[in-house]
Amino acid sequence: MNVEARPKIIGAAVQRVEDPRLLTGYGRFIDDISLPRMLHVAFCRSDYAHARIINIETADAATMLGVVGIYTAPDLADEFKPIRATSRMADYYATKLGVLACGKVRYVGEAVVAVVAESRYLAEDAAERVMIEYDPLGNAVDPLANINDDSPLLHEDAGTNVLVTRTFHRGDVDEAMDGAAVRVRDTFHMHRKTPTAMENRGYVADYDQGWRTLTLHSTTQIPGIVRDALEEMLDIPGNRLRVIVPDMGGGFGGKASLYPEEVLVCLLARRLVRPIKWLSDRREDLMTTSQAFDEIVEAELALDGRGNILGLRADCIGDVGAYSVYPWTAAIEPVQVVSFLPGPYRVANYWARARAVATSKAPTGAYRGVGRPISALVMERLMDMAAAELGLDPLDIRRCNMIREEEFPYKSASGIVWDKCGFMECLDTVSKDYDELRKLQAEARTQGRWVGIGLASYAELTGLGSRIAVAPGVPVNTGTETAIVRIDSTGAVTAKFGIASLGQGLETTLAQVIAEELGVQVWDVRVTHGDTGGMAHCTGTFASRSTVLAGGAAILSARAVKEQVFKAAAHMFEADPADLDAVAGEIFVMGTDRRMSFQQLARALYSDMGRFPKELREEISLEATRMYDPFFGTTSSASHLAMIEVDRDTYGVSILHYSVADDCGRVINPLIVDGQVHGGVAQGIGAALMEEVVYDESGQIQTASLVDYVVPSAAEVPNMSVQHVEAHLPDNLGGFRGMGEGGTIGAPAAIANAIADAVGRDINVLPMTPERIFRLFHD
Amino acid sequence: MITVTVNGEDYEREVEPRMLLADFLRHELGLTGTHVGCEHGVCGACTVILNGDSVRSCLCFAIQVDGAVIETVEGLGTVDNLNPLQQSFQKHHALQCGFCTPGMLMTGVDLLRKYPLVTDEQIRQGLSGNLCRCTGYEHIVQAIRWVIENER
Repeated sequence: MNVEARPKIIGAAVQRVEDPRLLTGYGRFIDDISLPRMLHVAFCRSDYAHARIINIETADAATMLGVVGIYTAPDLADEFKPIRATSRMADYYATKLGVLACGKVRYVGEAVVAVVAESRYLAEDAAERVMIEYDPLGNAVDPLANINDDSPLLHEDAGTNVLVTRTFHRGDVDEAMDGAAVRVRDTFHMHRKTPTAMENRGYVADYDQGWRTLTLHSTTQIPGIVRDALEEMLDIPGNRLRVIVPDMGGGFGGKASLYPEEVLVCLLARRLVRPIKWLSDRREDLMTTSQAFDEIVEAELALDGRGNILGLRADCIGDVGAYSVYPWTAAIEPVQVVSFLPGPYRVANYWARARAVATSKAPTGAYRGVGRPISALVMERLMDMAAAELGLDPLDIRRCNMIREEEFPYKSASGIVWDKCGFMECLDTVSKDYDELRKLQAEARTQGRWVGIGLASYAELTGLGSRIAVAPGVPVNTGTETAIVRIDSTGAVTAKFGIASLGQGLETTLAQVIAEELGVQVWDVRVTHGDTGGMAHCTGTFASRSTVLAGGAAILSARAVKEQVFKAAAHMFEADPADLDAVAGEIFVMGTDRRMSFQQLARALYSDMGRFPKELREEISLEATRMYDPFFGTTSSASHLAMIEVDRDTYGVSILHYSVADDCGRVINPLIVDGQVHGGVAQGIGAALMEEVVYDESGQIQTASLVDYVVPSAAEVPNMSVQHVEAHLPDNLGGFRGMGEGGTIGAPAAIANAIADAVGRDINVLPMTPERIFRLFHD
Repeated sequence: MITVTVNGEDYEREVEPRMLLADFLRHELGLTGTHVGCEHGVCGACTVILNGDSVRSCLCFAIQVDGAVIETVEGLGTVDNLNPLQQSFQKHHALQCGFCTPGMLMTGVDLLRKYPLVTDEQIRQGLSGNLCRCTGYEHIVQAIRWVIENER
């Protein structure tokens, strides 16, 4: 077979290898794990937003059938060392992560008492009999009020509710504002949302007394980070700790932080020497899983008379909830909002401040897009507002300010360096039908219909290497990932990773990468992931990193193994390794009919005594462990276009047309990449139109069921056109760019612009529910 | 004591009156393919077919199904021999994390048996009681459309 005839594996729409088990009910999710003698936990959670715990009465509950133990914070104080999400950032206060509320509660839903019983039904029965007496503390719900020095403090030790303050500046923004022909400004508010993975969080801990080993089965995106944190908190060495991620029912960032319940099941398993399981129900998930957004951004954009941006100023207040999540800190959302605010545009003069303000709400953490959905909303609204002031078309003002091909690498106003990426190509591609759609819109308008078109462009950093922290100043190295590739004595290929697939098909994409490098079939590669056992270091899946980093590590390891395969084969063929090739599981001497399978080679090397000389047998290893560090990150970008209609009777929004053009580098599997865009946009539609976590003025959560917290169904998400621009491959191994988050970044901004275009009103709040649109006209 | 036929097999079990059908299937019978996503009847992940109709097994008690015939995802094709709808889901990449998938499949089976599903809009309406957070639904609609056009 010559090289040209080699089947292309990277880039092929390979059907996913994980599907058969997931389609037949044989996936193994956290709640499918049941261990002998396993006990179950139910929690008594705070009914108060901010209150002192006066008394906890457990005697009645303790006598109930099946109850094994009831625990409060003081009962467990000696079992672990609390941990804090530290950072090298100045002006930052790291809150303490314990396992149960100690002394006071800081949000509704915070766990106060853990009840352990023989079944979840019995644990919940007993939890109802626990009596907790509270003394309410001062109201700390409103982030704007909590900034003030005299506001009630959530963390007295901090001395303030402002957990983070960070500013960025470049050039002279005041001068830019003074010299501007046009200035547009508004205050934007993106309300709080929650990731809402279909599978709730859950943990099963198993302590083996004989071996002194702790195994945690966890719905975590960060098994490596959890393993390292447990070592610190529980004082169990890493070689006796193992974190295993079973099949995971989505994560989207909500499973990317360390949770109190996760640590609690571990220390109870050690204390009781029985497996302990806790599974969140949906109500608990909506109350306690890390939430997202909730920023108020006051922003102003200055432009010259032809539409060139002169300067940008922004002040962002992030309502980060009650705690600074581990390990990302409370800075992750609000700081990211302002560091990405300039987007894919040239902004010479910039000043921005982000403040993370603690409130008595569930903590915010990582969520698909992290901060950038707000950056895009603010910047893209300002662009449309400026275009309207200047009488320019929204498409033209973007073209005018977008960073051009010859300007890469471009250092943005906040210091981010964009490597060469198809910013303009994406905008051009997505707007191919723009004129046609404007005509359709004009026709609809003549019929009195509220039809509007919105554009949004954004850029993100993905696949970050060790030079750049994923979250500001966080002392966790997320810049490397390891792959262990092995051909065993049966000739089978196994590849082991520390990342965790949350549903995005990494078993398939990584198998494709290895199959292509090694010269075997995709189905011959077994990818295992989400298991810290046997991994010296790993972190997990977040920040659109797994394809870039694990993919890079897979390439390095597979190449190393292939070299060894050829060394062994060369000996057997009595040929030069340079004359060998491998395709579809066969190794052959090019230009001859001499060939053998990987299985034949492995058997000869491992099992046939005397087939290889001693020196060669000791030298050849069909197993390689390689680490990949892309050092910097790589840029991903996209443009979205939405055409929507607002119903003049119901004020509901329907999406008439949606298209995305993205540059995600080399596409490994177009099926999977399209699926990521579809899902990301669907969540962005949710953020734009319906999803909102509502706390009332006393801090009670009003959206603790899926009736009240509405996510998009099949009836609300449209078909979309998705196009991939492979304009410039990035300078990393494989040429991959991360792309799992982007859909959620672009959609809220595009839809906000489309609604503004449709109804002729400024849109500065999301989600734009029918009620909010109605109020635009009737308040 | 209840008697129930699940995927063609008869079971007789003693159950507490408050045990949910979803918990009964998962924890008493060990059929963990049926997933529980919300326990309040909104997400549809726990959908099974009960006496020919799709129902939410988190909103039924096990004692209510005495004498009933139930179909769950385990009763469709096998890993080595997927049924046409399962094959179509794989072919069209209609699942990502796979958590909502058993419910989607059982709703899909029910829709395909009962309705002509002439337009995609009808498929979308039929699926609107099953939430999926990963796929954005487009590929699921395509997968069901493919079965209508090729297998019915």
